[in-house]
Amino acid sequence: MSRDAMRKLQDERLRELVARVYNNVPFYHRKMEEAGVKPSDIHGIDDIVKLPFTYKQDLRDNYPFGLFAVPMKDIVRVHGSSGTTGKPTTVGYTKNDIQTWKEVVARCFTMSGIDSHDIVQVSYGYGLFTGGLGAHYGAEEIGCSVIPISGGNTRRQLQLMADFGSTVLACTPSYALHLADAMSEFGYSLSDMKLRVGVFGAEPWTVNMRKELERKWNITAHDIYGLSEIMGPGVANDCIYHNGLHIHEDHFFPEIVDPETKEPVPYGQEGELVFTTLTKEGIPLIRYNTRDLSSLYYDKCECGRTTVRMEKITGRSDDMLIIRGVNLFPSQIEHVLLDLQETSAHYILYVDRKNNLDTLELQVELDENKLTDTIRDLQNLSRKIEHALNSAIGLSVKVTLVEPKTIARSEGKATRVVDKRTKE
Amino acid sequence: MTIRQLSVFMENKPGYLNEVLAVLARNNININALTIADTSDYGIARILVSDPQLALDKLHEKNFAVRIHDVLSLEMGAAPGSLYNILNLFATANISIEYVYAFSYGSKSIVVLRTDNSEKAVEVIRDNKLKSITEDDLK
Repeated sequence: MSRDAMRKLQDERLRELVARVYNNVPFYHRKMEEAGVKPSDIHGIDDIVKLPFTYKQDLRDNYPFGLFAVPMKDIVRVHGSSGTTGKPTTVGYTKNDIQTWKEVVARCFTMSGIDSHDIVQVSYGYGLFTGGLGAHYGAEEIGCSVIPISGGNTRRQLQLMADFGSTVLACTPSYALHLADAMSEFGYSLSDMKLRVGVFGAEPWTVNMRKELERKWNITAHDIYGLSEIMGPGVANDCIYHNGLHIHEDHFFPEIVDPETKEPVPYGQEGELVFTTLTKEGIPLIRYNTRDLSSLYYDKCECGRTTVRMEKITGRSDDMLIIRGVNLFPSQIEHVLLDLQETSAHYILYVDRKNNLDTLELQVELDENKLTDTIRDLQNLSRKIEHALNSAIGLSVKVTLVEPKTIARSEGKATRVVDKRTKE
Repeated sequence: MTIRQLSVFMENKPGYLNEVLAVLARNNININALTIADTSDYGIARILVSDPQLALDKLHEKNFAVRIHDVLSLEMGAAPGSLYNILNLFATANISIEYVYAFSYGSKSIVVLRTDNSEKAVEVIRDNKLKSITEDDLK
């Protein structure tokens, strides 16, 4: 498709989208009134800058279904991700949305050199998280044989990979590395495996990490980008030339804006990645700010595709951490501590990577009134905090109690997180 | 029947215990007994001192996490089997011992203990006329 033809398609789709959300989503109706913009002001894709942004907080404020543009009878699927207040952000899909999702994931897989002969082991988590089912439907759409093993249970992952002769692995890059390193421990070697392609995503990873995975598995590894707010996995993917990720811009229109001013940045410059879901029916989002940092390239790729490409994500413009594919804001930790009232809310979160898996250690100041003369009471206290954190954020955290008033208080923004994961 | 014990939260850092001891030394507070319960990350020092309230205030001034707890203290005989005989009474009454330590003061042998049921423990002590140690006995 030529860039001109793509533009025309985007012009049409944006006009249709804006009219749809203006009429069907009170939140957008109000936002557009406030911004003084009407559907008739949107003539084409260039007018997108007149529209207001959408943020994650807007999804939380409208929890659970407030931003849906269709009645629930037309929603066939709901997914979600965890949020700072313990409330997840929820997204809904119509039948057409599921069809679109299959289509874009199928494109990503095809771009990664996968076809109907492949046996795809989906080791992303299945459930509210979009990773598992997203990859699953896309692989089925191509006609692959899908193994819906979900995440975890390393021994079984390796056994089925060997026994079934999986040729494609879809999971987070850190889990792929963990599986590679666990092979020898469970008595397997590369010669037992038929793996040839990896499609890894749900967390940022570097080019060096890609090379390491390709070497350890003897595969070609591809980066699949996505987020549940926009669709789930399948928003973009890198082709065999790995020159950035091709965005499926007929469905997801990308912009890059300055993190401070929120103004569009010049061509090729880094900023916050913003998406507008041109075709989504269930929960269409206008100018959703992902807070992921990237840049865009419009020149034709060596592979022949003309779609816009985004640079591999280099970081975040907020303090969100991605731990084993799960989004975590430090404020979530604070909420749990404040709710429990068992310790002070002064803490430091240490993030590390052991055996290629992310680990969390929370050091929190003991409240002197909770000090007893038996160790058991303190251990019960740690365990109680660990349980509360686990159920609130879905991650296991090791809690260590430290002496009161020993965690540094700073005048400005306190250092709450120490991320010791190696940055290649 | 009970005496006051300091419980000090101890981070697992070199020299930490010495910082606690320095505060006691500077304030001329005598230590009668000291025992530490430890985990890999932290411990609790249980200390019997000549002036618990003064020790508490001085340690608080230095920002230590410390509290005072009442613990049972009994005099034991000097003969072999003395501690066994005492603890056997608690076991028979189905009382669990959370922790126990023993020390000598002058010619006295003293056992300090914390049980999971203080009321029942006091009954056992009364019924069997066990000899209690008070703070005055340690001055």
